[in-house]
Order: sequence, then C-alpha cells, then structure tokens
Amino acid sequence: MLFFTIRRVLGSVVVLIASSFLVFLMTAFSFDPLAQYRQVQPPPPPEFFESLRERLGLNDPLLVRYFDWLKGAVTGDFGVNINNVPVAEQLFGRLLVTGRLVIAAMVLAVLLAIVVGVVSAVRQYKASDYVFTVIAYILIALPTFWFAALLKEFVAIGINNLAGDKILFTLGDETPGISSYGTTSMIFWDRMGHLVLPTLSLGLLTFAAWSRFQRASMLDVLSADYMRLARAKGLPWRRVIVKHGLRNALIPLTTVVAIGVGAIFGGAIVTEQVFVWHGMGEYLIQEGIGKNDINVVLGWLLVSAFFVVMFNLIADLLYAVLDPRIRLS
Amino acid sequence: MMSTTEDRLATQGSADPEAAHNEVAAVQPGAGGAPPPGAAKGAGESAPVDREFTVEARSQRQQILSRFFHNKLAMTGLVGFLLLLAFGFVGPLIYRVNYLDLSSAAQSVPPGTNQGGRVYPLGSDAIGRDLLAGLMLGIQRSTLVVIIAVVISLALGLFVGALAGYFGKWIDNTLMRFVDLILTIPLLVVLLIVASNFPNARTAVGVAIILGLFGWLDLSRIVRSQFLSLKEREFIEAAHALGASNWRIITRHLIPNSLGTIIVWTTLAAAGAILAEATLTFLGFGVGPQDTSLGALISDGVQAASTRPWLFYFPGLMFLLIVLAINLIGDGIRDAFDPSNKRVRA
Repeated sequence: MLFFTIRRVLGSVVVLIASSFLVFLMTAFSFDPLAQYRQVQPPPPPEFFESLRERLGLNDPLLVRYFDWLKGAVTGDFGVNINNVPVAEQLFGRLLVTGRLVIAAMVLAVLLAIVVGVVSAVRQYKASDYVFTVIAYILIALPTFWFAALLKEFVAIGINNLAGDKILFTLGDETPGISSYGTTSMIFWDRMGHLVLPTLSLGLLTFAAWSRFQRASMLDVLSADYMRLARAKGLPWRRVIVKHGLRNALIPLTTVVAIGVGAIFGGAIVTEQVFVWHGMGEYLIQEGIGKNDINVVLGWLLVSAFFVVMFNLIADLLYAVLDPRIRLS
Repeated sequence: MMSTTEDRLATQGSADPEAAHNEVAAVQPGAGGAPPPGAAKGAGESAPVDREFTVEARSQRQQILSRFFHNKLAMTGLVGFLLLLAFGFVGPLIYRVNYLDLSSAAQSVPPGTNQGGRVYPLGSDAIGRDLLAGLMLGIQRSTLVVIIAVVISLALGLFVGALAGYFGKWIDNTLMRFVDLILTIPLLVVLLIVASNFPNARTAVGVAIILGLFGWLDLSRIVRSQFLSLKEREFIEAAHALGASNWRIITRHLIPNSLGTIIVWTTLAAAGAILAEATLTFLGFGVGPQDTSLGALISDGVQAASTRPWLFYFPGLMFLLIVLAINLIGDGIRDAFDPSNKRVRA
C-alpha cells in the first residue's frame, strides 16, 4: 500500500509537469501579454515594450522560459503577473474562496447522490423513483449558468421579498469590506450566507448525474446473492441495505466523484461568474485569459490539476479500503 | 452520462413475448457481429407446423430498431426532437419575421404585445428583435454547431482510436499518452484558451470547429478499447486469413461492430456540444453579437433575467427541451444496443 502510494505520487508529479508544459506551449504560442498596452493612446515608446519583454522574459528561448517557471513553481513561486504582482499570493487568496464553494458543493452533491440513489434503487419504478429520475434528467440538461441565474433571480429574490429581509445573498463571496470591521463570527456567518446559493446551484447540477450512477450501482448490488443470504439469515432489512448493500454500492461512486472534481472546478468558473465571486474562476477568465497572462493561466492550471490528481489518488486508496479484495500493487 | 447498468436488474424475470422473441432470434449465426445483409433473412423460413407460434428470424438491425421503437421514453425524445427541428426549420416558412430586423418602435416588449402594426408572440429584446423568430434561428444555428462539431470529433476520434487500438504498440502508447495529457486540463479551459485566440471566429461555425477539434478525446479512448477487444475475436482472424486489408477490416468489421458505442457517444456529444457552446458564449468566448445561437440567446436572457424575464424563460425552456430530447434518444439507443437489456421500459 505504501509502495503503491509512493509510486502513484511520483507518477502524478510527472503528469502535473507534463500538463503544465502543454499549457505553457499552448499559451506561449497564442498569448500576447503586451496586448493590453498596444491599444493605449498615445502608443507607449518601443523602449517600454522592450523593457517589458525583458522583464517578462519573453526574449528568452521557449524552453528556458518554461524551466525558469518550473524552477520557481517547485518552490511555490509561480512567478509574477504582468503588473509584477506574485501569482502565488493572489492565487492562494482566491483558492480559499473557490475552495469553500467546491468543497461545499461536493459534500452536498455526494450526500444527496447517495441518499437519492439508494432511495430510487430500493424503490425502483415507484413514484419516488420516477420523480427523482425526472428531476435528474432535467438538471442534467440545463446549462450551469442558466440554473444559477434561475436560483439567483427568481428563487432567492422571491424568498427575500417574502421575508422582507435579505436572507439569501445573491452577489459576491462576502459583504464588501466586512473582513476589515467584522468580528470573526460575523465574517463566518456572512460568508456562509453568501455560500448558500452558489453551493445549491453547483451542488444540485453535479448531484444529478451522480445520483443516476449511485442508483445503477445500488441496483446491481441489490440483486447480488449475498444480499439474499443476509436477508435469509434473518438480518433486519434496514441493516442489510446499509451494511451489506450501501457499503458495496459506494465503491463505484468514489471513482466517479474523483473524476468529477475537474468538472466541478470547471462548473465553479461559471457559477462564480453568475454570483460575482472573486475566486479562481474570475481570476482565470479576467486576469489570465482576458489579459493574456501566461503565468496566471499556468498557476491556475497547476492548482486545479493538483486537486484533480490528488482526488484520483484518494479515490484509488479509498477503493482499497472499501473493497478488501482489491490489492494495490 | 448515465450508467449502462442502470436497468440490468429489471431484465431478470421479464417474460413478455417480445423478449422471448428476441432470444430466439439472437441464437442465429452472426449474432456476435453485424451480419452481412441478407444472410440472416432466410434462416427461419421453415417453421415447424405443429407449433402454436412461428419463429421468424430477425436480423440484428431489426432487433435493435424494434427495441428502440418500443421504448416509450426514447420515442418521446425522438418525436420531441423532430418537433423542435420542425419548429426551427419549418417554422420560419410560416412565421415570416426576420430576427435580424431591428425595430426601434418595439424594444423590450413583453410577450403578446401588439406594437407597430404587428404582434410579438414571445416579446422582443432590447434592440427590438422578435424572440420567436430568434428561437427559430437559434435552433438552426445550434443544429449547425452540433453537426459540424460532432462530424469533426467523429472523424478525429475514429481515426486516432482506430490507429491506437488496431495497430497498438508504440502508436497506441504515443497517442493515448497524448490524449491522457490533454485530459488532465479541464476541457473548458482548453476551449477558453483556444477560443480567446480567435476573436474574429465568434460565429456559430467558428465555435463549432473549435468544439469539434477538442471533442474527440473521449471518443478515441472508447474506440480504442472496443478495437482492442474486438481484434482478438475469431471473425477478425478469419478476415485476416482471407486476406482482407487493414483498411477493409477496420471499415467493414471493426467499425460496424463498434457502432452501438459510437452512436451512443454521438448523442452524448451532441448534447455536450450544445451545452459547451452555451457556456463558452456565456463566458464571452463563444458566439458574438454578429451571429446567434441558442447559447447566445440564453446568455443574453441571463443578463436580462430580472427586468425582462421572457428573454430568460423561453430560450432556457427551448434549450432544456432540446438537450432532454437528445439525452432520451441517447438512452434509448444505448438500451437498444445492449443485448443484456431486453426489457422495454414501461
């Protein structure tokens, strides 16, 4: 197990380096970091462009540029953006914001998927199964941003109007400026309040596909011989479902969830855009792709790829814990 | 997106005559692969007279079609999809309004308004364009997006997958490691980076081409794994022994036998292309103001959700119906191709 873990970690490092190189090539060939200065009137003197090129290292050969970045990245230094601000600092601050959303949405999606999947499977072709199926089909067919806007503009504002008070926050990740004057608990509850709607929108959309998967794997398990045996030897039905059924039916879901982390990061980009969060998604789109900033995009990718790779590793290890038959070697 | 094992359990104990019929038909030679046309037709001609029923052999294609056409959900999806297409392509012949006609007299009018001598059934947007005509045009443009994106992805995915799966060795290793590598980057980010380079390609066709160029990765993996298992089978060995060329084996034996998986992928990819186009457009890297699509309509609608809700509801509803219909068709096709699933869903 230990050996397997070490080997997988080393393999993951190679994957991270390779994919960062790929993104570096994509961005280095296509981005023009100086683009924002080319539109300025009156045009800056050529010396300005030359000094900027020198500072950003754009005059170096491609491979030298990549290895300069990589040397910094392994020590946690992701370079500076076009305006000479360290990317690592900015990214870390935004990771805390996006991390809240991603983790909350994942927890919500996993819990709902398990409950709904098991209920649908146990009560297959009953009314509740059909209701959940219809809901899942509809959620799967909706674009993230439309669903998020629906929650924001109609559900939340409707509830707020009914209550006559601002119960649900629809904009931002926290009330602007609260971190400078608020107490710790004030900040905490303020952030929680802002978290509700984005979590619902990202979590519900993610849960839809996962619940179908959980339903399928639970159905597979329910027809297994050991389930009948457990019933036959007199175990209560509830205990059979939970101890014998659910434990086995959870195994396939771990892989789906681990692979889904990447998609949740993608979904978070869109969700943040709708709810005007200042998280990693906004950073990527406005500071990175919008300003043609190579270091920002590379930093973003490294952080998100790190989580994707880490969750894949966790899923593999969890697999072994949940299913003793699997020997990791 | 949904699992193939979903309804396995339900197949047990189903004893409707349809299933029995299929089982009889399934034992004929050639059931493992796509039978040559006509080979299966004569097999069941001499039915014994003392039986109460006659056994009529059916080709695999007939079985699949029959399973599909008896699936109520899939048929609902198919009919719905055709109706939506008719709305988009036949509708403009009846409702002759040009979406691109701007009307300064009727800006942001709610549905059903009679303004400037004509009615706006679904209202209009901020620059006076008729939403009903917009939805029709949007369906046309989005159909174009799906067709272009899926055709490009199909060609690339089949090519790479076939190359990797059939020839194996270093070709397989190189191609699949490359695919693995691109898949570590969220597809949305790849699309955003690529699309940001082509500010002049903000049309439905431009977006479709970008989607197509990066939509083949999962297909190539699917095709590869299908080919890997199929190429070890006896009928491929037989084809080799008969002197068939690689090209012939791939196009006449391997691809037809992987057809089920490929078609299912196609439906998922079609739904995915519509969703991806909408997301890119919403983020500002997709279809621009010079063109339109369902994604562009729905993105505009989100901006206007609180002030002009009709711009939000109608495109969203249209979008939901289209993707839902495609997903239902896809599920139906998957069930029809899956021989272990003979239960026709009630």
